[in-house]
Amino acid sequence: MKAAVFRTPHIGPDSVAHQARLLSLWEGEPGLKGFLSTVDHKKIGIRYIVTAFVFLVLGGVEALIMRLQLAGPNRTLLTPEQYDQLFSTHGMTMIFLYALPILSGFSNYLWPLLFGSRDMALPRVNALSYWIYLAAGLFMYAGFLIGAGPNDGWFNYVPYASRDYNPGLNEDFYSLGMVLLGISTTVGAANFVVTAMRTRAPGMSINRVPIMLWGTLTASVANLLVVPAVSLAFFLLWMDRQFGTHFFDHQQAGQPLLWQHLFWMFAHPWVYVVVLPAMAMVSEALPVFCRRPLVGYWLVALSTVATMILGFGVWVHHMFATGLPGLGMAFFSGASILIVLPSAVAVFAWLATIWLGRPVITTAFMYFASMIVLFVIGGVSGFMTASVPVDWQLTDSYFVVAHLHYVLIGINVFPVLGAMYYWFPKMTGRLMDERLGRWNFWLTFLGFNLAFLPMHLTGLWGMPRRIYTYQDGMGWNTLNMITTIGAFVLALGVLLFVVNVFKSLKSGAHAGADPWGAATLEWSIPSPPPPYNFSIIPTVASQHPLWEDRLEESRVRSSIDQGMLLDESKEMIATTPLDAQPDMILEMPEDSLAPLILTIGTSLIFVGLLLKLWSLAGAGAVIAIVALVVWLWPQRELREREPEPQAPHTEVAHG
Amino acid sequence: MAEAATQIAICSPRDIPVGPVGRHGLGYWGIWMVIATEAALFAYLLFSYYYLGATAPRGWVLEPRPTLKLSLPDTILLLLSSVVAWVGERGILDRRRGKALLGIGGAFVMGVIFAIVQGDEWRNKPFGLGESSYSSLYFVTTGFHLAHVVVGLGVLAALFTWTALDYFSPRRRLAISAGVLYWHFVDAVWLFVFFTYYVSPYLGFGT
Repeated sequence: MKAAVFRTPHIGPDSVAHQARLLSLWEGEPGLKGFLSTVDHKKIGIRYIVTAFVFLVLGGVEALIMRLQLAGPNRTLLTPEQYDQLFSTHGMTMIFLYALPILSGFSNYLWPLLFGSRDMALPRVNALSYWIYLAAGLFMYAGFLIGAGPNDGWFNYVPYASRDYNPGLNEDFYSLGMVLLGISTTVGAANFVVTAMRTRAPGMSINRVPIMLWGTLTASVANLLVVPAVSLAFFLLWMDRQFGTHFFDHQQAGQPLLWQHLFWMFAHPWVYVVVLPAMAMVSEALPVFCRRPLVGYWLVALSTVATMILGFGVWVHHMFATGLPGLGMAFFSGASILIVLPSAVAVFAWLATIWLGRPVITTAFMYFASMIVLFVIGGVSGFMTASVPVDWQLTDSYFVVAHLHYVLIGINVFPVLGAMYYWFPKMTGRLMDERLGRWNFWLTFLGFNLAFLPMHLTGLWGMPRRIYTYQDGMGWNTLNMITTIGAFVLALGVLLFVVNVFKSLKSGAHAGADPWGAATLEWSIPSPPPPYNFSIIPTVASQHPLWEDRLEESRVRSSIDQGMLLDESKEMIATTPLDAQPDMILEMPEDSLAPLILTIGTSLIFVGLLLKLWSLAGAGAVIAIVALVVWLWPQRELREREPEPQAPHTEVAHG
Repeated sequence: MAEAATQIAICSPRDIPVGPVGRHGLGYWGIWMVIATEAALFAYLLFSYYYLGATAPRGWVLEPRPTLKLSLPDTILLLLSSVVAWVGERGILDRRRGKALLGIGGAFVMGVIFAIVQGDEWRNKPFGLGESSYSSLYFVTTGFHLAHVVVGLGVLAALFTWTALDYFSPRRRLAISAGVLYWHFVDAVWLFVFFTYYVSPYLGFGT
């Protein structure tokens, strides 16, 4: 018998037999093959988080080595070339290999759980996105390990990045690695957009989505539009270096400033890409510890989108010192100052949520609340540099370094650590240790501020960024020593976090399904969640499905215990983008090696291009094409081709 | 009690489709995402052209400048190939496999001719990649487009094979609709490249 083309899904309560059936459908293979072929968003999410954290630690170690070099004047721990590679690799690591991937990890893990769904919309794309990220990270670090790391700062200005001044492989590793990483970011972003639009639980209309959707969705749309700019810039740079083109070469009517435009058209929106999802995590989790819903949900959601839209139009504020026309600078300065408004909306919403709530002081809460302070400090110093004459004074000084660390550590690392404390129980079934958590929090908070608050002054007193040492008697000695001490205290805090993770994994208190009394759907299922997440598909009736009895906003309740069973094959439900009305039953793909093999092929192409081994690049291309054809070949089970598959015989009686 | 007055919302849809119907499926959304990001890529390429052209000294566009003699018919051919691919998609909808094969195959052949003419134009340029920023942009931008044509031809070849294997029906044809949509994109984006490189010098830009 052929399987039905239309179906009325069975509605029912949960049962042990039903769960066993779902487990047999959704559980991946054990062993190495299962590890390499999994498309489970939870496994991929955790891989993202672990990998990104390893890069955070690597970038941190690089920073510590630099701080030892800068602890006093005229130190000779590092040569200038080593220092160049260290600060460039540090920037590349933190900004590209840590800051977004860690947030992608959280969104990957959490989105289907927040949405009452069983996986991301495009699970194999999800696996591809991770593997390529890993490959790009290894590719770029391979350069660093053979002494050919990037050496021109993370924004890599020409002409110093061009071949005449930089003949080694350093810039080629960086350029090609960034193009490779761009593939990962882009396919990941596409997956987030489709997932947000099409796979939310029935009833989760656009006015009821968890606030976290807005951060990652906004960032993902931005990524689709701006990542091509940087991929193109790095590709053109590689062409200039290796094939004698003249995009950035002033001698032949090229333009060094073209690099800066393309780079910052990408990189300023990127700054929002790496903070908006983190801010959204704070908006999601902070209210749980205030025991009340977020104040001004709609204002926060709209200001997230507004920040991004304005964020597309501020890139030139990185270029105020390049001699652009005054009118252009005035426009970009105005836009940069205007962006304070939507940012302030979020700050006041969080403050009001704490003020009007009854805060429960946990480590997670402390990370989220302290993030507000750091955000304000980083925001004000950003606001200062948005003004052209002030920027002329401060640009390329340590003031900018202080600013960008307040933004990136304050609005990315602090929310991420808070989110770890908050969601670790969901991921592992165990709570993190709170006592160790306090030590962890205070060491990171004090260490961070000790390191970076005085650095504003270092910059105001004239110390340029990116110098490998400085003379005695400039008045910078004490400040630099304080920063170095602060950096090590911060590192100690992060080390305690790692200790806490391993300790809690082994002996943390059992969390149960909902240790925090939270409002969103992920807390309605066991910790850690089973492979199918939700054994029945919930129906959502409000923004706070688990707080409805407490808030009593309406008489209608979300349905958590009754709903569609969807257990005839590996299935979940697709809903309409705005109203979240059920639209079709999705047949989800099984585990697949195609994403990994495609990644291997693509990586070989890039290695071939780097070394100009065209046959290797060709072999990589063949592997990649074969993997793509296998991947995209229409499958009966996924209902991508005729004839319809055989109907599964249902043994379990429903009802 | 308030509890007694509450009601539980259970969504229980009737007779909803299983799997993608027509072009209605997540893969189609995926292709739109690809198109959005690729369109952005071409926007940055063309931005580079206008930016360099606007800041360069006079005479930036190298002579002989691109002519319309071959490129205009070639452009029309590429646009017509989009129509032919659409006819192929209609063939699936009408359950006429011959028409579908003819449409998809026809679009493939027209795409190949377009690529050959482009290659010929490359060969006849008196300057190479490294002559100036203009020549670099010309070869890289048209090269990017040519690479997209080649990918599109690969897609059309796959669609042709699958149609020949009788995989598709009006209901199950997501791959056809998504692939043809991509081909439309490859053709549409050429119009922007064409206008920039072949028409704008006649309007005085960069000359």
